Amino acid sequence: MNDNMPMVEVKNLDVTFDTGRHRVRALAGVSFAIAPGESFGLVGESGSGKTTVLRVLAGLIRQWNGGITVAGKPLTPDRDKDAKRAIQMVFQDPYGSLHPKHTVDRILAEPLQIHGIGDIENRMKDTLEQVQLGAAFRFRYPHQLSGGQRQRVAIARALILRPKLLLLDEPTSALDVSIQAEVLNLLAKLRHELDLTYILVSHDLAVVAQLCHRLAIMRTGEIVETADSEKLAKGELTHPYSRQLLTASKGFDRAAIAAFTDL
Amino acid sequence: MSSTASTGWVIALTPPEWRRWLLTDTPQSRWQARAGRAYLGWAAFARNPLAMLGLLIVLVLIGMAIFAPLITSYSPVVSGDTVADRFLPPGGDHWLGTDGHSWDIWSRIVYGSRTSLLIIFMVAITAAPVGIIIGTTAGYLGGWIDTALMRLTDTFLALPKLVLALAFAAALGAGMENLILAIAITSWPPYARIARAETLTVRNTDYIAAAQMSGASSLRILIGHIMPMCLPSLIVRVTLDMAGIILTAAGLGFLGLGVPLPQPEWGSMVADGRSDILNQWWVCTYPGIAIFIVSLGFNLMGDGLRDVLDPREQ
Repeated sequence: MNDNMPMVEVKNLDVTFDTGRHRVRALAGVSFAIAPGESFGLVGESGSGKTTVLRVLAGLIRQWNGGITVAGKPLTPDRDKDAKRAIQMVFQDPYGSLHPKHTVDRILAEPLQIHGIGDIENRMKDTLEQVQLGAAFRFRYPHQLSGGQRQRVAIARALILRPKLLLLDEPTSALDVSIQAEVLNLLAKLRHELDLTYILVSHDLAVVAQLCHRLAIMRTGEIVETADSEKLAKGELTHPYSRQLLTASKGFDRAAIAAFTDL
Repeated sequence: MSSTASTGWVIALTPPEWRRWLLTDTPQSRWQARAGRAYLGWAAFARNPLAMLGLLIVLVLIGMAIFAPLITSYSPVVSGDTVADRFLPPGGDHWLGTDGHSWDIWSRIVYGSRTSLLIIFMVAITAAPVGIIIGTTAGYLGGWIDTALMRLTDTFLALPKLVLALAFAAALGAGMENLILAIAITSWPPYARIARAETLTVRNTDYIAAAQMSGASSLRILIGHIMPMCLPSLIVRVTLDMAGIILTAAGLGFLGLGVPLPQPEWGSMVADGRSDILNQWWVCTYPGIAIFIVSLGFNLMGDGLRDVLDPREQ
């Protein structure tokens, strides 16, 4: 793989949900590219399609049109084990993403068993250390863990297969504010150490500014603007919708909200 | 308060070693984690006195079945003197009396518990697995498989238990195997429906999505991830149904379609004594009481299990 080749390339991604009565075009021609080792943010309001992009990449939505290339290989709706292994995901709600009847041990061991990877003991120990959980947590059930600890287990599960691309679906929004910073720092550290590529979905611009190099702002299934996070930090977004989103993220201001237009 | 007294309190309140081992926050093995979880469930169950009464009844029933030869002094199938030992009232050697065949009623009730338990056990180990496999497969895979399996379930649900058992008995002859077959065939559809409903609530959760992303096959997800979530409500339902199975078996026995004589079965014992109920009340009454107590026991135990296992009740 040469250095100029993007880790992820999405071209004209189209997703339409057809429920029989309604047809919703969730994504309308989304295109972006992410370099290896880059952290890319997808930002937008609810229903903007940011999570849909993530779920298509994750293989959880199977009906889409367009072209997706990950690490130089075109991605199809039906994937083999190796393709699945390269892309892992951390879900939004750590209370819903761990099986309530499985111990941490089983949660982490199962992906290794599926892929026929030996050396389970060492891998599990290393991965628990990477997410800063000790061996004492290994045989606990999820209900014996706090929200932050659960999210670390979820991150460990995603990392134990050593993926190239990690999808993060609002990984901190269900956590306490004090824990959010810890998990974000952990994610930043892991990306650096393990040479991962991130796609982070969030509606929190502060989280995106902290973790991402670049971001795309989405609205009604389209990307309205792609920018560096330095521009975001300086408030130099150009599209009017992005500017409104930025203003809205700074807290409620009656005058500012009154100036909003329906774009 | 002196320091010795307070030390005494601390010692009294410290849980014993085995309990601390079970309740630890840092189990050292899968086995310890599982044992701790089971202990918590047991503790919740044991707090419910009615559930414990139900469990006691069921344990006594099992004990009766196992130790039947030790707690009876007469054979359940060899009759006594057909004149002298006929319709003896309760008391004396035959402390629940004898029936019209000069059989000892206590012996027949005790040996009849074997019949009841065997029927319950056979129905539970055939109907419950069939139900959970069909229900989870239909719910998880969806599409035409779901439609086909659930219409099949509906078809079996439409078969009336008693009529089907009548047909079986007529076609194949009355007997334990046909009785079990008839009850099992009509018992699994509700289990399939419960398992499917549970599966539908679980299949779109993030932990199933995570399992799919890790490359787990549908079979692995069904067995390792979905079935464990369906088991609690199924166990509860099966336990509650056991009372119904006993009653169905007894009802079929009463109609003469159950286990043929001389094998002891509570329903046929009640039927046997019904013509003499006014003069020899004990012939019907004691097996009737046995049916009543055992059904009650399974129902109480099922209710207790539901409180422990079914999170929606909490």
